[in-house]
Amino acid sequence: MTLGQAALVATLALPAFGVVAAVAAPARLDRAGRLAGTVAAALTFVATLVLLAGRQPHGPRTAPIRPWHSVDLPWVPDLDLRFHLGVDGVSYPLVVLTALLTLLCCGYTLWRVPEPGRGRLLVALLLAIEVGILGVFESLDLVLFFVFFEVVLLPMYAVIAIWGGERRRPAARKFVLYTLFGSVLLLVGVFVVVAKAGTADLIHLTGGGGLPRGTQLVAFTLLALAFAVKSPLWPLHTWLPDAHTEAPTVGSVILAGVLLKMGTYGLLRIGVGVAPAGARWAAPVLGVLAVAAIVIGSLVCLAQAELKRLIAYSSVGHMGFVLLGIATLTATGIQAALIGNVAHGIITGLLFFLAGAIKDRAHTGRLDELGGLRETAPTLAGLLGYASIASLGLPGLAGFWGEAFAVVATLRRGWPVLAVVAALGAALAAAYFLRLLRQVTHGPAVGEVARPRLAGAELLSWGPLVVLALALGLVPAAVLSLSADAARALAEVVTR
Amino acid sequence: MSPGAQTAAGALLPAVPFLAALIGLLVPRASRAVAAALGIVGAAVAFVVAVVLAVAVHAPVETFRRWADFGDLQVTIGVRLDPVAALVAVAVATVALAVQIYSTAYLAADDRYPPYAAQVSLFTAAMLLVVVAGDLIELLVGWEVMGICSYLLIGHDRWLPEAPRAAVKAFLVTRFGDVGFLLGIALLGVKLGSFRITEVLAGASRLSVGELTVITLLLLAGVAGKSAQFPLHTWLPDAMAGPTPISALIHAATMVAAGVYVVARLFPLFGRAPATLATLAVVAAITMLLGALAACAQDDIKRVLAWSTVSQIGYMTAALSVGAPPAALFHLLTHAAFKALLFLAAGAVIHAVGTNAMAALGGLRRRLPVTFWSMTIGLAALVGVPPFAGFWSKDEIIAVTWAGHSGGPAPAWAAWLVWASAVLTVGVTGWYATRLWLRTFFGAPRGPAAEHPHEPPAAMSLPVLVLAVPSALLGFVGLVPGFVHRLGFDRPVQLTVAMLVPLLFAAAGVVTAWLLWRRDPSADPVAALGPVRPVLAAAFYVDAVQDALVVRPAIALSRAVRRTDETVVDGAVEATGRGAEDLGALLGRAHRAALPRAATAVLVAAVLFGLAAAMIFGGAR
Repeated sequence: MTLGQAALVATLALPAFGVVAAVAAPARLDRAGRLAGTVAAALTFVATLVLLAGRQPHGPRTAPIRPWHSVDLPWVPDLDLRFHLGVDGVSYPLVVLTALLTLLCCGYTLWRVPEPGRGRLLVALLLAIEVGILGVFESLDLVLFFVFFEVVLLPMYAVIAIWGGERRRPAARKFVLYTLFGSVLLLVGVFVVVAKAGTADLIHLTGGGGLPRGTQLVAFTLLALAFAVKSPLWPLHTWLPDAHTEAPTVGSVILAGVLLKMGTYGLLRIGVGVAPAGARWAAPVLGVLAVAAIVIGSLVCLAQAELKRLIAYSSVGHMGFVLLGIATLTATGIQAALIGNVAHGIITGLLFFLAGAIKDRAHTGRLDELGGLRETAPTLAGLLGYASIASLGLPGLAGFWGEAFAVVATLRRGWPVLAVVAALGAALAAAYFLRLLRQVTHGPAVGEVARPRLAGAELLSWGPLVVLALALGLVPAAVLSLSADAARALAEVVTR
Repeated sequence: MSPGAQTAAGALLPAVPFLAALIGLLVPRASRAVAAALGIVGAAVAFVVAVVLAVAVHAPVETFRRWADFGDLQVTIGVRLDPVAALVAVAVATVALAVQIYSTAYLAADDRYPPYAAQVSLFTAAMLLVVVAGDLIELLVGWEVMGICSYLLIGHDRWLPEAPRAAVKAFLVTRFGDVGFLLGIALLGVKLGSFRITEVLAGASRLSVGELTVITLLLLAGVAGKSAQFPLHTWLPDAMAGPTPISALIHAATMVAAGVYVVARLFPLFGRAPATLATLAVVAAITMLLGALAACAQDDIKRVLAWSTVSQIGYMTAALSVGAPPAALFHLLTHAAFKALLFLAAGAVIHAVGTNAMAALGGLRRRLPVTFWSMTIGLAALVGVPPFAGFWSKDEIIAVTWAGHSGGPAPAWAAWLVWASAVLTVGVTGWYATRLWLRTFFGAPRGPAAEHPHEPPAAMSLPVLVLAVPSALLGFVGLVPGFVHRLGFDRPVQLTVAMLVPLLFAAAGVVTAWLLWRRDPSADPVAALGPVRPVLAAAFYVDAVQDALVVRPAIALSRAVRRTDETVVDGAVEATGRGAEDLGALLGRAHRAALPRAATAVLVAAVLFGLAAAMIFGGAR
């Protein structure tokens, strides 16, 4: 076993150990349990960094997926199921992002446990979610992918239902039922593909794997619908605002930061990869829906009255850009989607951290009850301003690249109308974020703000995201160069 | 200086102020002295580097490296210097340095001075990035960062209720134009396979006139936003809510100058698209006159100057529209000097009397002699009184628009139009500048504050005095062949008989204003306009029209979309859930039966199933 393979297995094993350790801690040692979980999250993050070492694409030059490291073990030999993991340029940025955000959320929970306490269980659930999400990004077997996809669901349900806001139960139920509906479609789609192709191996399947066109159309429709619920794509997005708004801060961060990316990643790797003929056929529809999501998401934000709900809806718009990039089926668009994914995870993660901090202090999230934050808590206001500016896609910060080049790719694809509408949608993003800042930070101070100064733990858990939002804006190649070959290979497969 | 050293120095231009900004923003609660030192040193280093480059750079030099790859589309980051870029950089750095020094005194009592100084540095860095950028995406970064800096700085004043609104407006109006700018750049990249300016300009011949027209019109939308051209000029007068040094920065050297500079830099594209130039000519003609007329009826001293900026930038775009970027750039440089001077001097007035309203000023000539004389030089340059700076550059613009109807790249009618508008505007400019001069400095004080003013501290009067020098003398460099060649002229500026026409108009404007004022020095000369006055004061109601056509519909639409999303899209989901629950409840009730009825049902079902099975399998046999 090479170092890379060991690290690959460790990215799943370490958080799983962390779950056990955190749960095993007795109630009076709650803090120790949280600490054990956080250490596991930190080690997992280190393991994902180790994956960078010796990153040489394996496999034949013409293969559509050439993982840097892979582990391929028999799992259920009778059903020909394999435990096949791998990481390549498409998945790696998301793997690191997941590990980082989970670590930051666990660290944040060390400092502050939302009501009703029992923080070690929250940490355990966060780590369980991490296992699922990392598994999704690392699976090279379709059935394994599905299993990990499902692992995420129930822990997230519990996080929202136990530690959420006032209307947590309906929100959690809606989240679980809606995404379960997506999972059913995914299951059917997966078995349509596996039954027809006779294998679940993604490396073999990518590029169509000899599937007839009809099967590909059916499979893509099913898979795209399933991933569209998760991403989410308008009009299948309505579970998201409730779930994001009601979830505790760390839950919102994970939801927006990485859970949504399972949808876009799945659409790219499974939907487009396995059923390219279907993708070509459905691309215009996907493009139109993505642009609708951009515009509608932005317009709803413009009329939104609640802080977390506004940020939640802004995700609909931002993920619209990612989906638009994928819909173009060009290497430019795929690259834009990949960096857009990562940027959205960083920036919206930060925004949800900040929104949580503001709600904690002001005891309200209603925009008309907030105001004058730069008078009462200048650092918090400054950070909110920074994150908002990053989120509205200011060039020089991370959010710009994905959105601008989704537009470029759309023009390139020969969809000028979609490009124009999408670019206008990006201008709307500026409108609602500046409206948000004007209401929350400007003007005279409204109400009391508890603890105006930021705690060290807050700065520690936000700091990496603040730095990354700038660093990725200045050095986009940090993500793009990792995925350049993989994106090109995928685009070639689709257009072949 | 070797080309390598030149481009390395060019990279320092944005890098040094950026570093100053980053340190200033990151060090929390930096002391005032540290913040001021950072800001001033950043601008000063940029100034020195710019001056060195202005002397050293004779021919275009470029260096670039790969920044990001999107598929086979490559984005580069680099420095592309030519004499024009170096000269504009000098203007930017000069004004930025003056503003930084001035601000230490102007914001002496402001507890949020440290972030302010850092934001000014960032603003400077962004503009210098636009100036030296060798790649359109890189240019876009500076372009938009400038927008956000203007937003932050216009909204700086916490006691002004209109400041947040003005800040949001400035960013949104320019961002709206930038949709076009981004699309134009994207189209260039898609069609030519590169975003590098050098390659784009070289590839212009591969594009059809139709493609070029679309692309340049899209770029023009962004330019109109940044350079405050009709109909996207509405943010600039409101931007007065920012501190006065910020007005100087925005109006003289950054933001508004960026649009003109970018058109000049990309002129090989615009020059091949006559329809775009004609559009630009119409825009310029409207902007010049509209801005000048609106300036006539303002009472706020800064608003007069703001509208004059709108009008003066119109002169620059007018020169561009007839295919004369050198004339536009010449006016950009002289305007940078005298408009920065005017704003900083106006700031000194405001600092001294504590109000912007000319209705409360008057008679400040004797109390503020330094401010009076520097303001006089600035206004003379603005009006175009020979031999002050504005005279030479404005005269050159009127000359090129006059010549533009024969054989220029723009249609003849467009050249006629901008010429007529330019000459008329000279007269109006003379009128409003004289009004401002007389109402502020002559007559009797009209307010209590105007009776006991005091000259500003040295940190404020020094930059004003320094800027007075180029405002008075910069025009003469138009006679120096070595200088004008760097701007792109093929001959030094010439004085002809034709320049008498604008001079006569200017004199008419000045004399009319003076005559009206002399009738009653305590009254406002604009009262003579009667019913036209409110129309001019409201700048022809363009704001109201935009509000009715864009802002309100957008808000109404967003409310409707939100309602639809909640009731229809989510309503369908909720209804599905409720429907399933109701159906389940119905079935549940049906199954909740007493034993006799349940037993009967089971028996009936058994019989029915038996019958069905018998029929099916019986038939099969």
